Amino acid sequence: MINILLSIMTASTPLLLAATGELVAEKSGVLNLGLEGMMLVGAVIGFAATVHTGSASLGVLAAVLAGIAMSLVFAFLSLTLMANQVATGLALTIFGTGLSALMGAGYVGTALQPLPKLTLPGLSDLPVLGPLLFHQDALIYGSFILLIAVAWFLYRSHAGLVLRAIGDSHDAAHAIGYPVIAIRYAATAFGGGMAGLAGAYMSLVYSPSWSENMTAGRGWIALALVVFATWRPGWLLLGAYLFGGIMYMSLYIQGLGVNLPSQFISSLPYLATIVVLVMISRDRLRIRLNAPACLGRPFFAAG
Amino acid sequence: MERRTFNKLLGASLTTLAAPAIIRPAFAADPLKVGFIYVGPVEDFGWTHQHDLARKDLEAELGDKIKTTYVESVKEGADAERVIAELANKGHGLIYTTSFGFMNPTLKVAKRFPKVKFEHATGYKRAENVATYNIRFYEGRYIQGVIAGKMSKSGIVGYIGSVPIPEVIMGMNAFILGMHSVNPKGRIKAVFINSWYDPGKEADAAKALIDQGADLMAQHTDSTAPLQVAEQRGIQGFGQATDMIKAAPKAQLTSSTDHWLPYYIERTKAVIDGTWKSQDTWGGLASGMLKMADYTNMPDDVAALAKQTEADIASGKIVIFKGPIKDQSGAVKVADGSTLDDASIAGMNWLAEGVDGNLPK
Repeated sequence: MINILLSIMTASTPLLLAATGELVAEKSGVLNLGLEGMMLVGAVIGFAATVHTGSASLGVLAAVLAGIAMSLVFAFLSLTLMANQVATGLALTIFGTGLSALMGAGYVGTALQPLPKLTLPGLSDLPVLGPLLFHQDALIYGSFILLIAVAWFLYRSHAGLVLRAIGDSHDAAHAIGYPVIAIRYAATAFGGGMAGLAGAYMSLVYSPSWSENMTAGRGWIALALVVFATWRPGWLLLGAYLFGGIMYMSLYIQGLGVNLPSQFISSLPYLATIVVLVMISRDRLRIRLNAPACLGRPFFAAG
Repeated sequence: MERRTFNKLLGASLTTLAAPAIIRPAFAADPLKVGFIYVGPVEDFGWTHQHDLARKDLEAELGDKIKTTYVESVKEGADAERVIAELANKGHGLIYTTSFGFMNPTLKVAKRFPKVKFEHATGYKRAENVATYNIRFYEGRYIQGVIAGKMSKSGIVGYIGSVPIPEVIMGMNAFILGMHSVNPKGRIKAVFINSWYDPGKEADAAKALIDQGADLMAQHTDSTAPLQVAEQRGIQGFGQATDMIKAAPKAQLTSSTDHWLPYYIERTKAVIDGTWKSQDTWGGLASGMLKMADYTNMPDDVAALAKQTEADIASGKIVIFKGPIKDQSGAVKVADGSTLDDASIAGMNWLAEGVDGNLPK
């Protein structure tokens, strides 16, 4: 039972990391569909850096920087040059998929030891809670800390208020004198860094290896999660663990010998995504209250 | 026929006619050009890697009599047809297409280039100039099963399947038959992940199976992820297609490894000598096309038993699919005293008793 929960935590963490970053970007009004591409580049850079330096910490750092670099490409095109955000984001995913495959060609088949688990003396030995709460790799702790930090930032800090204001009405925020483009750049970069981190989690912890397209659609699920959570951090946590759980349990159920075609079970996480999105979109009021009103709209400082 | 299609066909047939006529004389004294089409990257450390190793050794073996070319990561389907035709167009006299999904594209291109010889791995459709070849991977699975019967304490082996096709099913059945030969109560928990290569999913599946009591891991997918999970969780398992000992130094018991070189040498020489004929080859341990990686991380008596089993399969003393064999429902599939012929093995669509898993109906 404990092992099942541990496996679910591992399956959920990349979703949670990527979605937390995207939440901040979207709250500032930037819709970056390039999540999958940024994750892949983060995964390959993180893996390569770890192989060459022998240090997983440097690998994680490199992955975050790679994610930021990718997101700045997006930011430059969509914020400075005001290209269509949806098209630019899709292009970023396609670009990232190809680029990561190219850069990773020499690393396919190389194996790494996974990140060490952090142990807190005493606490880690507690029954049940010990292995669940106090014997995890640093990135799992990081995913919770970052989510709490983001929640605090968005709803309890002045800077977060400004960021949300820009997401809801960039013209009004601009009129008051806030630097709309600069803040959107920062939010997009944060989203990119988190996507890079999620990618590193895939290639350093989840299955410590690199293979082409190894995120296998998790970036898209993370994007859907932000909508699923109606842009609220608490729901994001719930959603990420729900989807991570379904992804893992779909294989677990098969092992139990449940009489369902394996192809159907494999499609469960995606079916769940669609069903939940349909259910959410029935409650229009909640979406209107939480969705950034300027999401995906270009900003041009007219005066 | 639409005009555009017609023009395309006309264009294609013109190149077909023109190319050999112009290129042939120039190449008459030149080495035989041998092409290889791969489905994955040459560095996948699995299926494609083994083919490419054989290609390099083939070049070393036959020296300046041949010249090899390869194209990696070719998508199965329409794109494959274009790539195969391109190689044929460039004057290759022999082309190996090394994935099941290249079957129909190979046959289509073969029709347009009757003088070029084609060799298609793992397929079942042949033509005048298309031969097929494969390895009896299931022989290695039987040995793995014997080892598993000795090594598993819980008697439950987690088995990660890719897609439910005969190739994978016969492996599972051979595994359980080998396991039952030493532990009649042994069971396989089978999971199909519907992909050949998805480390994330393979790792998840391995974890799920271990969480359900499996204490050994077998896989019919191409990444090292399941063995790595086994290593992390302190259990053992079997590699796939290639020796994966580097990824799991403590976990790998052995691995069935593919050796295409003997076949490639024989067939390439046949083309050079002009004795090449279309045929079907299905080589196992006896032919040297299937070899077992070192038996590691196990007691000496188990390793000895594994070696003995290997020798007995090669000599024909052990016949794997020999009755009585029952399927999951308990119905007799192979009667006592009879053995399955190659065609029935190649089309296997039932799981043997002792395998917990589902095939799509």
